[in-house]
Amino acid sequence: MDLPTKKYPVTRADLVRYAGASGDFNPIHWNERFATKVGLPGVIAHGMLTMALVGRAVTEWAGAPDAVLDFSVRFSRPVPVPDDESGTEIEVSAQVKNTTEEGHTVLAITAVCGGEKVLSQARATVRTSRLGK
Amino acid sequence: MPLDPSHVGRSYPPTPAYLVGREKIREFAKAIGATDAAYHDPDAARELGYADVIAPPTFPTVVSFASNNAVVDDPDLAIDYSRVVHGDQRFQYTRPIVAGDELVGRQTIEEIISRGGHDFITTRTDITDASGASVAIAWSKLVIRGEG
Repeated sequence: MDLPTKKYPVTRADLVRYAGASGDFNPIHWNERFATKVGLPGVIAHGMLTMALVGRAVTEWAGAPDAVLDFSVRFSRPVPVPDDESGTEIEVSAQVKNTTEEGHTVLAITAVCGGEKVLSQARATVRTSRLGK
Repeated sequence: MPLDPSHVGRSYPPTPAYLVGREKIREFAKAIGATDAAYHDPDAARELGYADVIAPPTFPTVVSFASNNAVVDDPDLAIDYSRVVHGDQRFQYTRPIVAGDELVGRQTIEEIISRGGHDFITTRTDITDASGASVAIAWSKLVIRGEG
């Protein structure tokens, strides 16, 4: 079963807000000068912001804010965020992979930005009761 | 020089208790655009059986990120933070974090691998509440990029 794809815009303002909310003030997420100095194409999104947006998708698919039991990702590519009004967009999709012995559902998740997969091996195990409803 | 795998199993003293504020959860939820009522409205959370607003799934990072500093700043490991990239992240949940929780993180080094000139260190954060019960476990794999 494919779950409905979700799209999340990410702007520089979102990165600043996330830095404050999470406590991750690494300058690669807000300082262009610093980011390019360490060899990045520019300011990039926090990997944990990408994971948080995927978490949003997962709880929405599961139909409950407390349905997630296990959640894992590998950050395979950076998410550059241009310094303009529209920023970038992360597209999150998932397929039901299997059901565990306990009856929980395992989702295989894909997150794409600018045509490239930015996560690999992204998985979430959720309580199944309201999935897809 | 590759990271010494004999540090596997090393653990660190528990972090000071982190008191989870209702406004902090709202701020975090707002920052990621999560609008579910249970993150914002105590009454909606109570309907689900929680004492106050609950946190979105990646909120434990607020505790585990701070807790992980013990490893990153450990002089015996001498990690060059400017070469560190976040590789993997996993959370396993016993229950959602609830406003009012007093959380403590206990950090352990679970794995050290050196491959292709890079070091990979996996740390585990056991997050417990004031009663000592498990709330969540977080695993972070950091990649320390080799020089050159």
